[in-house]
Amino acid sequence: MTIHIKNGSVATSISRRGFVAGSAGLTFAFTLGGLGRGAAIGETKPTEFNAWVSIAPDDTVTIICPSAEMGQGVYTSLPLILAEELDADWSKVRVEFAPANPKLYGNPHYLFKGAQITAASVSVPGYFMPLRMAGAQARRVLLDAASAAWGAPVSELTTDKSTIIHKKFGRRMSYGEVVSFAKVPTTMPKISESDLKKPSEFKLIGRKDLGRLDVPAKATGKAQYGIDVHVPGMIYASVLQSPMDGAKPKDVNVPEVMKIKGVTKVIPLPFGVAVFSDTFDGARRGLDALKVTWDTSKAVAASFDSELAKTDYEKKGRDPGVSTHVEHQVGDALGGLKGAAKTVEAGYWTEYTYHAQMEPMNAVAQVAPDGKSCDIWSGTQFGALATFIIAGILKTTPDKIRIHNQFLGGGYGRRIWPDALIQATILSNIVKKPVKLLLTREEDVAAARPRPMTHHALTAGLDDKGNVVGWHHRLVSENVDAVAAPPRFKATGGKDYIGARGLDQAFYAMPNVLAEYARETRGMRVHAWRAIGSGYNKFAAEAFLDEVAAAAGKDPLALRLELTKDKPRAHAVIKAVAEMSDFNKKRPGRGMGIAFTDYHGSFAAGAAEVSVDENSGKLKVHNFWIAVDPGIVIQPDHVYAEAEGAVVFGLSAALIEQFSVKNGAVQASNFNDYPVIRMSDIPPIHSRIVDSGAAPTGMGEIGVIPVAPAIANAVAQLTGKRLRHLPMTPERVKEALKA
Amino acid sequence: MSITFTINGKTAKVEAEPDTPLLWVVRENLMLTGTKFGCGAGLCGACTVHIDGKATRSCQTAVSQVAGKSVTTIEGLSPNGSHPLQIAWIEEQVPQCGYCQSGQIMQAAALLAKNKTPTRDEIVAYMDGNICRCGTYPRIVRAIRRAAREG
Repeated sequence: MTIHIKNGSVATSISRRGFVAGSAGLTFAFTLGGLGRGAAIGETKPTEFNAWVSIAPDDTVTIICPSAEMGQGVYTSLPLILAEELDADWSKVRVEFAPANPKLYGNPHYLFKGAQITAASVSVPGYFMPLRMAGAQARRVLLDAASAAWGAPVSELTTDKSTIIHKKFGRRMSYGEVVSFAKVPTTMPKISESDLKKPSEFKLIGRKDLGRLDVPAKATGKAQYGIDVHVPGMIYASVLQSPMDGAKPKDVNVPEVMKIKGVTKVIPLPFGVAVFSDTFDGARRGLDALKVTWDTSKAVAASFDSELAKTDYEKKGRDPGVSTHVEHQVGDALGGLKGAAKTVEAGYWTEYTYHAQMEPMNAVAQVAPDGKSCDIWSGTQFGALATFIIAGILKTTPDKIRIHNQFLGGGYGRRIWPDALIQATILSNIVKKPVKLLLTREEDVAAARPRPMTHHALTAGLDDKGNVVGWHHRLVSENVDAVAAPPRFKATGGKDYIGARGLDQAFYAMPNVLAEYARETRGMRVHAWRAIGSGYNKFAAEAFLDEVAAAAGKDPLALRLELTKDKPRAHAVIKAVAEMSDFNKKRPGRGMGIAFTDYHGSFAAGAAEVSVDENSGKLKVHNFWIAVDPGIVIQPDHVYAEAEGAVVFGLSAALIEQFSVKNGAVQASNFNDYPVIRMSDIPPIHSRIVDSGAAPTGMGEIGVIPVAPAIANAVAQLTGKRLRHLPMTPERVKEALKA
Repeated sequence: MSITFTINGKTAKVEAEPDTPLLWVVRENLMLTGTKFGCGAGLCGACTVHIDGKATRSCQTAVSQVAGKSVTTIEGLSPNGSHPLQIAWIEEQVPQCGYCQSGQIMQAAALLAKNKTPTRDEIVAYMDGNICRCGTYPRIVRAIRRAAREG
C-alpha cells in the first residue's frame, strides 16, 4: 500500500506558518503495492502504511528519510517528526534512505516545489507537515483496527510508545500486535491538521536527550559512505578532470601510462582522462603519470584570470549604463539617494571558495549488460537529478536509474551536482563492469564547483536625521543559477536564486532598496556553497551597514535594533546576541562587531570579539556568540551543534579560504595551498536558541552568514579601519591598517 | 610482494606493491573501511591509524614499513565500540557528517594513551593536524576531556 502525495497540491498547500490539509487541495491517493486490498496484513512482513512508514510484528518501525544525511541531522530529525505523530517507541525506529522518486519523496517546500533535493536548509520545513500527516494517518489506521478488535470506540483509546491503550478496561496492545492481525482499510482515513498534536503534546520533538541515530556508527567507523561501497567484481577508476568546462583532452600519453604497474586502461573522455586499475592506488599511480594537453577552444573560461578580471568587475559595479537584473526593489532607491543629505559608498570583494568536503567525490556504478538500467551507490544531495541526466545518457527512463544513497562525507552544496555519479556510469558503461570512481583530492579541487568571486558596489543615502533613505547594492558576479540550475534560470527570466540570496533587506525598515546583479560570464563551474549568496551578500551588506551607522553617528547595535523594531523575530535574535555577549562592554585591545541575517525563514545574529596583531596582520577571534531562531526545534542539541559547526565554517571562510583562477584553472591542489580552519584557530563559541514557536525552518547553513561581517565590524570598531575583502588574510589586514 | 603484519590483533598477510600506502591495503585488501581517505598527502588526518600504538597517517605509510608491526584501526580500537573516547563521542554527540571522525578518535586515543589528563592546550596541539570540515572541533575537545575524566 502506497500513498501518492500529489506534489503540486502539497507544494501549494504548505505555508510557512503551517499546513491546512484539504483546504488547499491536498489529497492522498492510495494504491496497493504488494498487499491485496483488504488482505490480512502479513504476519511476518512489515506492513507499509504509506510511502513513509511500515511496522513489523516485532514492533520495528521503519521510517523513510527522503533527504540526504550530510551531518545536518535529517536522518534523525525527519523520522522523529513522523514518529511523533505516530506515537512510536523511538527505541524501535529504524531509518532507510528513500530511493530517488520525487513523486513520492519530493520536497514540497516552495523553494523546490516537489524536487527531491537536499539543499537550502529546507528539509525540516518542507517535510514537517507531510511527515506529521503520514504518522498521524498510520496511527489512525492502528487505532481503527484496535477499536474493531476490541469493540471499543476510538475515542476511548490512547497511544503511547507504539502501544494502544484502552484505559477503561486496562487493555494494551502493541503496534506490532495490531499489524499481525489487522486488515488494510479499503479507504484510508482522512487526516486534517486538527488531528495533529499541539506542540505542548510533543513527546519526541524538542527532546534534548535523544541522540542522533547515525552517531554511534560514526564513532565506530561503521557508517557507510559512498567511498566505502563494495560491489562484487568492481574495478577502480580515477579521472584526471578537465580543468574547466568545455576543455577536452587533446594529447594524452596513453602508452606511457599503460606501462605503469597496475594500470589496466586509460581512456580520454570529454570530461577528462580515466585511468582504470584493480586498486585505487593503481589508478592513482596512472593519474600521476598522465601528461595531457587540453583543447580549450570551446572553453569559455580558457582566457579567464580572476586577478586580472577584477578591474572589469569593479567597473561594472559603478557603471550606470551596465545592464543589470533587479532582484529586489522597495520604493525608489535611486530617488532616495538623489535626495539624501549624505551618501556613503564602498566596494566589497569575496574570492572563490572550494567546498573542501572531506570525502572526495566518488560513486560506484553498475550498468546492466543491456546498457538500459543502472545501479549507483553514492552520497548525493540530488540523486533525482542524476536519474534524469543518466537516463538521458543511457537512453532509458529515470526509473531505470536506481540510486542507493549513502552517508555523505560532507556536502555543503558540492554534492548537489551529480558529476561523480554521471562519470562513474559512463565508465561502467564503457567497461561493462561495476566501477568505483574515486577522485584524488587534487582532482576534487580541480573539479571544484566553487562559490563565485564577487564584487559588491554599495551606496546608502542618509537624511539629515541619519535615517537610511536609500540603499543600493549591486552584486557583480557570475550567475550561479545559470550554471547550477539552468531550467530555473530560464524560467525566472534570469534571476539568480542561489547567487543573489541575501541581497534584499527584507527585515530592515528601509523605505527605498534596490538590489541587483550585473552578470559576469566567465565559464567557471560556480555552484551552491554553504549559505549560498547570503555568505557574501550579507558580508558586504552587514559590514556596509556599520559604515552607514558610523556616517549617521549611530551605534551599530542600536541601528539594527531600530531597523528591526517591527520585525519581532529579527529583533529578538539581535537583542539576544547583544545580551549574551554583553555587547557594549568595553574590552581593552579588543573590538566587538555584530551582524544579523535571515535565511529561508530562519533568523540569526552573531557577535565577534576580535583583536589584531598589527605587525603580522593576523586577526584573533577571542569569542563568538550566535543567537538563532529556527522556529520549532526538532533536536535542540543538534541545533547547537549546527550553530557551532556553521560558525567554524564561517570563520574558515572569513579568515582563510580562497583560490584564484588562471587560464580557467583552479590555482589550488590540496589542503596545503587551500587550507581550512583547524582546531587551534577556534575561539569559544556561545550559542543560544531563541524560541519563537514559529513553524520550523532550517539550521544547516545560517550560522555561517554572520561570522565574516561581525569580524569585519569588530576590527573597524577596534582600529577604525574597514576590511572589505574576504578572506581577511594577514596581508589584507595589514593593507587595510595602512590605508 | 607478500607482507605480513598484525591488524587489530590478527595476523594479516597481504599481496601488494611494497610502496602501496597502508591506507589502501587496509581499505581494499582488508576491507576495513572505517579508516578514511581525505587528502593522500598527510594534511588532514582522516586516515589516522595506530602503528605499534603511535598515531600515524596511513596514506603516508608504505605497507612495507609495517611488516611485522601491529596496526590498529578504528575497527580494532575496542571490541564493541566501548573505548572511553567512543562513549564520550556519543555522549557529546560529536560527529556531523562523521567522515573525519575515525581519524579524530584514533588521534585522540594515542594522546590519551600517553597523557591521561591532557590540558585544553595539549589537546589542541595534538589534534591540530586533523581537519573537521563540519566544525565539530569544540565537541571533539569536550569529548576528549570527558573521556579523560570518565575513562
